[in-house]
Amino acid sequence: MKHDFFFPAAPGTLPDGDGYFGAFGGQFVPQALVAAIDQVAAEYERAKADPAFIARLEDLLAHYVGRPSALTEVPRFAAHAGGARVFLKREDLNHTGSHKVNNALGQALLAERMGKTRVIAETGAGSHGVATATACALTGLACTVYMGQTDIGRQAVNVARMRLLGAEVVPVTSGSRTLKDAINETFRDWVAHVEDTHYLFGTVAGPHPFPAMIRDFQRVIGVEARRQLLARTGRLPDAAIACVGGGSNAIGLFHAFLDDPGVRLIGCEAAGHGVRSGQHAASLVAGEPGVLHGSRSYVLQDDEGQISEAWSISAGLDYPGVGPEHAHLHESGRAEYRPVTDDEAMHAFRLLASTEGIVPAIESAHALAGALEVGAELGPDAVILVNLSGRGDKDLDTAAVHFGLEGAR
Amino acid sequence: MSGQLRLLTDTLASAKRAGRAALIAYLPAGFPTVDDGIAALRTTLDAGADIVEVGLPHSDPVLDGPVIQTADDIALRGGVRIADVLRTVREVHAATGKPVLVMSYWNPVARYGIERFARELAAAGGAGCVLPDLPVAESASWRRHATEHELATVFVVAPSSTDASLAETAAAGTGFVYASALMGVTGTRESVDEAAAVLVRRLRTVTELPVCAGMGVADAGQAAEVAGFADGVIVGSALVEKLLDEGTTALERLTARLAAGVRGRTA
Repeated sequence: MKHDFFFPAAPGTLPDGDGYFGAFGGQFVPQALVAAIDQVAAEYERAKADPAFIARLEDLLAHYVGRPSALTEVPRFAAHAGGARVFLKREDLNHTGSHKVNNALGQALLAERMGKTRVIAETGAGSHGVATATACALTGLACTVYMGQTDIGRQAVNVARMRLLGAEVVPVTSGSRTLKDAINETFRDWVAHVEDTHYLFGTVAGPHPFPAMIRDFQRVIGVEARRQLLARTGRLPDAAIACVGGGSNAIGLFHAFLDDPGVRLIGCEAAGHGVRSGQHAASLVAGEPGVLHGSRSYVLQDDEGQISEAWSISAGLDYPGVGPEHAHLHESGRAEYRPVTDDEAMHAFRLLASTEGIVPAIESAHALAGALEVGAELGPDAVILVNLSGRGDKDLDTAAVHFGLEGAR
Repeated sequence: MSGQLRLLTDTLASAKRAGRAALIAYLPAGFPTVDDGIAALRTTLDAGADIVEVGLPHSDPVLDGPVIQTADDIALRGGVRIADVLRTVREVHAATGKPVLVMSYWNPVARYGIERFARELAAAGGAGCVLPDLPVAESASWRRHATEHELATVFVVAPSSTDASLAETAAAGTGFVYASALMGVTGTRESVDEAAAVLVRRLRTVTELPVCAGMGVADAGQAAEVAGFADGVIVGSALVEKLLDEGTTALERLTARLAAGVRGRTA
């Protein structure tokens, strides 16, 4: 059948049969979860070949999410990027406001097929939590979202939105009280309720098959953008740029260009206060291989394998790990990963708002900052594709404080 | 088989010959301090535990409930290092002559160096490792080094495991099989789940190894109940909580009650 929005990777694409992308990936999970994870893997294999599943998902992506998402050229912004042409893939215009809905709907339909009645999810910025709560409201699945106490403070609008959608939002007070700890707590819930509960994981990390399956649900970003850009400019981009926390929007963009050697794939990691400050979330730039949350990838850790606390102004990138396929692309050299500080991201955040009338998520602003830098390097003949993975409504409080926009001035 | 793996096997066999289950006590190293943790582990062995598991505290103890999370936090804030864990193993084993296992999440072991960890654990007198987030499929390298250094590799299985997975896991393990009897993370429970007995029965059909059951036992009655069908009763959170809230004397008393429980005495 013709696929419009769901593009599972071709057979033979990594990961291998053991869930590895080169040296990264695998399934580092307790035996208690092995059966559930095997069930997810088997059900996904069946679903992606089932015309009824595909038709339902594509119908939702077209008429509920609003796909295809627009590709917008941003010349006034690009004037600050060395004069290169810059195009934004507008995942911010999706229903729920980010790319996360592509995966949430796919997995919610999968949970239904498996006969699960309850869905649990972690969230950092709240984007994945909102997307999951939305998918659960739509399908009638019960929904519990774990969110770090720190993130509940900085993403209050999304917390209210999830509760409005009928989800239970559980504050997580352990550890750094951010995304990493929310994932820990969601895993604990899953181990305890694996019979009736599906863990709707939000990014391309975690144990196999999550990195591959979630990538497949996000591949639409790059496939659409590649077609749209070819139609508009007659050429491929010189660089495709995305922010990387766990890395789902980035892998979704990159994957369609893996076999286009002329397209540089550039992931922007959150460098927080700077990679040398020790307060950052740049797992590929500054971390080392290790096992976190069920797979082997790059992680921020000390010399004895204790996971370090990450820092980023962006709750969605504030994570000390990264998806294993990114670790593989990093080591193979096919993709390059750069650090973007809080200040650089916030500069790009404001610049896009004031030059183009688009308020990006702070996460996505890291990719925009990368575009400013890459544009300056490549010069005016370049074409740069940026994934605008989410919108910034949730970040207005943070931005108001950062730029001193509050009060009666 | 020789060395400390032999000691572990003999200890379990000797309890069985005495017509009882073994009592296996878990406490994290470095909790509340390294020296006090050593003293606490010795206390449990002196009060009737047959075997101890020394937890290697981790920043992200995904399979542990709030009590052990708190203890791990205290240990890590106190600066516990793997060298301290190994010292704990060495001193507890030297003082008691009893089998001392380490329980660790995989990343610290992998990061420290798999061969190095196995070698140093064996040199410290350790009997082996419980590695709850290392599935059999990822365990080849560890098992090679564990065999070389005569260390037990204890795999954790759960009620949700398929029969094929139970058989594969039991076949790959040494020392005993850890039946994580309740679905869920560690922590004490009101009652012992029927699932525990069912899981142990399923394991008996696929392995000759002793089967020790854990997660949730908090008092002598529950210990006696689990001892009715398992070769060992593993107690963690209840002991950690006792030490956390009430101190060493209370820890000693609870251990003694549990030791009576595994001997079928609950009075």
